[in-house]
Amino acid sequence: MTIEEKLAQDAFKNDEASHISLDQSICKECRERFCIYSCPAHLYSLNEETGQMQVEFAGCLECGTCMIACIYGSVTWNYPRGGFGVQYRHG
Amino acid sequence: MEKIDVVIVGGGLAGLSCAYALAGEDLTVLVLERGDFSGSKNVTGGRIYLGPIRDLIDDLWEGAPFERHVAKEALTLMAEGSSTTLQLSSQKMNQRPYPSYTILRSRFDRWLADKVMGKGVYVVPEKRVDDLILDDGRVVGVKTGEEEIGAEVVVAADGVLSFLAEKAGLRKPFEPQHFAVGFKEVIQLPREKIEDRFGLTGEEGMAHLFVGSLTKGMMGGGFLYTNLESISLGMVIGIDAINRREPREEVYRILDEFKESPQVKRLIEGGTLSEYSAHLIPEGGINVMPKLYSDGILLVGDAAGFGLNMLITVRGMEYAVASGVMAAEAIKEARKKGDFSSRTLAHYEDLLRNSFLLKELETFRHALSILKNPRWFHHYPQAICDLYEKLMWIDESPKSRLFSTAYGELRKSIINLQGIKDILSLRRI
Repeated sequence: MTIEEKLAQDAFKNDEASHISLDQSICKECRERFCIYSCPAHLYSLNEETGQMQVEFAGCLECGTCMIACIYGSVTWNYPRGGFGVQYRHG
Repeated sequence: MEKIDVVIVGGGLAGLSCAYALAGEDLTVLVLERGDFSGSKNVTGGRIYLGPIRDLIDDLWEGAPFERHVAKEALTLMAEGSSTTLQLSSQKMNQRPYPSYTILRSRFDRWLADKVMGKGVYVVPEKRVDDLILDDGRVVGVKTGEEEIGAEVVVAADGVLSFLAEKAGLRKPFEPQHFAVGFKEVIQLPREKIEDRFGLTGEEGMAHLFVGSLTKGMMGGGFLYTNLESISLGMVIGIDAINRREPREEVYRILDEFKESPQVKRLIEGGTLSEYSAHLIPEGGINVMPKLYSDGILLVGDAAGFGLNMLITVRGMEYAVASGVMAAEAIKEARKKGDFSSRTLAHYEDLLRNSFLLKELETFRHALSILKNPRWFHHYPQAICDLYEKLMWIDESPKSRLFSTAYGELRKSIINLQGIKDILSLRRI
């Protein structure tokens, strides 16, 4: 089962705006890509055309791991607005 | 600004326990929850130990929607090509009052919020708190969207990432070595199948931990808990360990490999995935504990960093409940004195220091620094499996004495200078 199929089992109510933002000037200098390796939902990837780091906020499990793993401080992370984001039915 | 007495930010175990303990007093209390309902943002592995908290809220637990009481424990050491499992079936654990239960938080927290509402405290869903309102350095309320809510005291029960603790200047910046990420699947299986497969009767449950090759040398392990009609299967891995691993490993993939391992595959066979979740675990312990209170604010539960990786289990929910109740005690005291400044709220820390909570965190002060040793997660599980395999192996050549086989293996991989150092380091856990 792919990670996308796993996330498809979860209930999400997605807001229009992302609750995660990246500082591309920091990402540009980063070699380790801590975010890609630590995100349990596999939401981070490098855009091959632009070379920019991108994050799919819509499948976010709201753990905050990326914010902590990125020791360079590129990840600005807030909780989604009240009533938005993942809605765990089991937890 | 008009003020109510207490605003509790976060309707999880810590916040709701605080609210429950405050209900019925002559206090106006409001709980603000950012999810659609309490529990909708909460994740556990999950197992809760009732021993330390049963008497703190003695009228609560009857009828609580736990999953199964844990009557069986298992620990599997995973190695390349082999594994060793130690299993405990305990009559003591299988007697009322049961010491621990498996639990799913969405259902549990929702139930607890209903209990709190039943006692007259309003839990408002879909309310994210954006900021604290400060007056001359003192917390006097919270901002949620356009709305401002004044309060004599704010209880920050906003979880492991606690932005409120940060805004109040109570905690230091986060570091990867003080956190682990837990991620798990809830896999549906018919009740009879679970009971049959794990040898359980009625509402007996099992807790099964896995340490060794599954985490590829990273600090952490795997867990399997039986729920009533599902299995919680997941892993906990230190974020610093993920950051430092070479070659790099995308962490989400190793759960799939764990699921595919022969030790796990047969246990979840025929099950269907119904949810994938993730949550951070505070593991820094007492060494990185934030300041727990200030004028007009208290930190409880994960927001206060009350979590502990004690090798054989990861704790947190009991701390959430206990700290919530103790915060409530301190608030009642402050109300009596009419003083919500840090001078009075300091009573909260006194209560914690005299309880199991800070005593345990103190006892396990060095646990994390010992657990950082990668040999626990790779070398020793492999060595123990190799030893066991060698003892049981019989082939065409005449078998050596069991003692010399065991001694030879132990000398090679455990009883040497490094091994003795490692074993001695365990004295501090």
